[in-house]
Amino acid sequence: MMKTLRLPVFAAAALLATVALGACGSNDSADTSADTSGEATGTITVYSGRSEELVKPILDQFSDETGIEIELRAGDSGELAALLLTEGDASPADLFFSQDAGALGAVEDAGLFADLPEATLSLVDPAYRSANGTWVGTSGRARVMIYNPELVTELPESIDGLLDPSWSGKIGYAPTNASWQSFVTALRVLRGEEGARTWLEGFAANKPVAYEKNAAVRDAVNAGEVAAGLINHYYLYEKIAAEGADAVVAKNHYFTNQDPGSLVNVAGVGILAGSDNSAAAQALVDYLLSKTGQSFFSETTFEYPLIEGVAPTDGLKTLEEIDPPTIDLSDLKSIEATQELLADVGLLTK
Amino acid sequence: MLIARRHVRVPWPLAVPAVAAAVIALIPLVYLVVEAFSRGAANVWDEIFQARTWDLVRNSFLLTAVVTAASVVLGTGGAWVTTRFALPGKTLILVLLTLPLAIPSYLSAFAWISWQPQLAGFWGAAIVLTFACFPYVLLPVAAALRGLDPAQEEVARSLGKTPQQIASELVLRQVRPSITAGALLVALYVLSDFGAVAAMRYETFTWVIYGAYRAGFNPSRAAILSMVLVSAAAVLVILESRARGRAGASRLGSGVARVDRRTTRVGAKIAALGGVAAVLGVGLGVPVASVISWMGRDTQRDVQWSEVMTAVGDSFIVGLLTAIATVLIALPVGIAAARYASRFSSVVERTTYVSHALPGIVIAISVVFVGIRLLRPWYQELPLLVLGQVVIFLPLAVAAIRNSIEQSSPRMEEVAHSLGAGTMATILRVTIPLALPGIGAAAAMTLLNAMKELPTTLLLRPTGWETLATSIWKYSTVSDYAAVGPYALALMLLAALPTAVLSGLTLLRSQPRPHHSPVTTEAPLS
Repeated sequence: MMKTLRLPVFAAAALLATVALGACGSNDSADTSADTSGEATGTITVYSGRSEELVKPILDQFSDETGIEIELRAGDSGELAALLLTEGDASPADLFFSQDAGALGAVEDAGLFADLPEATLSLVDPAYRSANGTWVGTSGRARVMIYNPELVTELPESIDGLLDPSWSGKIGYAPTNASWQSFVTALRVLRGEEGARTWLEGFAANKPVAYEKNAAVRDAVNAGEVAAGLINHYYLYEKIAAEGADAVVAKNHYFTNQDPGSLVNVAGVGILAGSDNSAAAQALVDYLLSKTGQSFFSETTFEYPLIEGVAPTDGLKTLEEIDPPTIDLSDLKSIEATQELLADVGLLTK
Repeated sequence: MLIARRHVRVPWPLAVPAVAAAVIALIPLVYLVVEAFSRGAANVWDEIFQARTWDLVRNSFLLTAVVTAASVVLGTGGAWVTTRFALPGKTLILVLLTLPLAIPSYLSAFAWISWQPQLAGFWGAAIVLTFACFPYVLLPVAAALRGLDPAQEEVARSLGKTPQQIASELVLRQVRPSITAGALLVALYVLSDFGAVAAMRYETFTWVIYGAYRAGFNPSRAAILSMVLVSAAAVLVILESRARGRAGASRLGSGVARVDRRTTRVGAKIAALGGVAAVLGVGLGVPVASVISWMGRDTQRDVQWSEVMTAVGDSFIVGLLTAIATVLIALPVGIAAARYASRFSSVVERTTYVSHALPGIVIAISVVFVGIRLLRPWYQELPLLVLGQVVIFLPLAVAAIRNSIEQSSPRMEEVAHSLGAGTMATILRVTIPLALPGIGAAAAMTLLNAMKELPTTLLLRPTGWETLATSIWKYSTVSDYAAVGPYALALMLLAALPTAVLSGLTLLRSQPRPHHSPVTTEAPLS
């Protein structure tokens, strides 16, 4: 039997060794589309943690205007960050468009982003971009309390007001939602682990009602199943756009005064250092931060524009009026610790 | 009896591709080891020996044990009813009972949770996974039961055995290898599942792995934790090989049984049909009704049927390529395991199972890791997507092929040998034709699973490639369930076709055929 086995076993070992060796060195391959002189052209690959449904129209518009083709790979922001980390320098991606700052921070930490030019960075308030200059926010979203005015008469000034027993069983939330977890992460950063735990335990004691998605929280509030819910500001406007203002009774309440409950998080972009067409990638970043790009987000996703001179959609409180808590958005990448805390206080799992 | 003996030499042309198959199945392991130790060995122990790790291991173990046990009961019960009860439309009932396989567990979990939110947690996850998995037990057990020779039971009865004794001592004993083989696939699936437990918010081990990628941005932590899953899978595979016993090495040939004609009392029939109806209601009714109800919801989009059809085409192409590749790669492993039982063929066969316990994202990232370094021209192209799917579904195909060959008599090959046919000629002209129903079943099983697959497809697909599963994902991320509806319905219908073929082939390959040779009285080795 040994004689029969030796060769296949050897072949297997050789193959495994090849794979393992290959893992140690990586071979870059270059696209033929690179053209760094003059007008940016060619094709760029965009990894998008933002839903294709949301960003496709503006990317198509960019392609129409510039002639730069975009290959879009949509996925979960965190998974795409893990993909970029695994691909390393060999990644075919030129630009990473992330749903949240945490994933951008992880790619920055791995040293995979190129520096953005000062002219790009200076368009956006320092609060909404990387301190190291490798990524920049493209639109903002505020945490709000959506409420049903038929069921809520007195609005709390702070998230601490929600710990009052009168709110028991009346608040909806989406435990697995990334924005909720970012809010809790901000709470940890702002109030420390113990402060965050205290609030979460009080919140859990008030028996909040769990929904699978933010949109479900919004619909439950609008239907009066729960009096209020903790979600992002734009869900209300999506519903108004889809069903008309008459069909929607729910309203948004902002906590303001630097309350953790009024956290403003961003979606943003960074250019990969290994990009072979960074000129075209830069053109896309500039486009997203142009009046056209910013108006698109303001008008179609109802998010906050982040450059001067473009106003948020009608009815939104401005970012200045919200007065969100001061926080380095890069600190929001410790979401795993947040999930452990949430599981521990019984707010994540069942 | 050369063929059933241990320590048989696996012929060259079978051994080499079989080893290659095992190497493909080990791709994730190579990645896991390299990535896990990228931050030093000390880090590995730190990550593993955390209190939370063991809580999650316990949760996963509990869920795996309950779902596997429930699947064995439901699967064996369903197989019993559809093969041994004199029911009208037994074939149709078996096909219907297999159909829950066509529904992705992430979809049925979401259907349940949006209908009955209070189900969230352990029992919700257990229900969804049991109904998604029990056909893995149902099919091989139904095939084995059909292949049994009723003469044996008549002999036992004439010797004064009670029906209960016959069922437990004779019948169940003979189908035990089919039960354990199915149970192993169920257990590995439960270990690997993320979609259902995420929707049900029951925290299992896959949570921390996904969390390490999505929330921790820490692939090396994910790799370390994945190795715990691989170890659990290895233990299960070894346990199953013990439990399978040696009965699998030799069976009665399918040509000796005669048609079973038995009667069933009316009360038992009604109870059986009631049970079948309940199973179908839970496994099929709820998810299908849920998906159809979504289609009535408000949406900002009109259904683009042309896009749905494109997604149907893309899903089918990926599924078909995966099915072809998986069957070709699994075939030598299945033949070696069934006809050349030896330590070598057993190790090779078992190796193909281990990666089945890994969640899709780990398979995807490992194929990325290897692909971007060694197979760059194929990166983000169809071949790498197919490779990732092959790694996941290889054990399903191996099991189907092995089962089907084991149920055919090795006498045929012996006759071919005695007539002077060489080893390869015998394999090509006797074994493979005998295995055709099993090959068909393997292809159908792979096809339907590849079409349902989401996490690997999402990361490995060619840019712009949109399958039904990725479309469902795309619209559900923006909570547009009205838009999800047509894709979900199309996926269930498309996957139902190979599922129906699968159950049909299962019946075909175990069809008792009248035979001219005298009835053998040989008992199975056990």
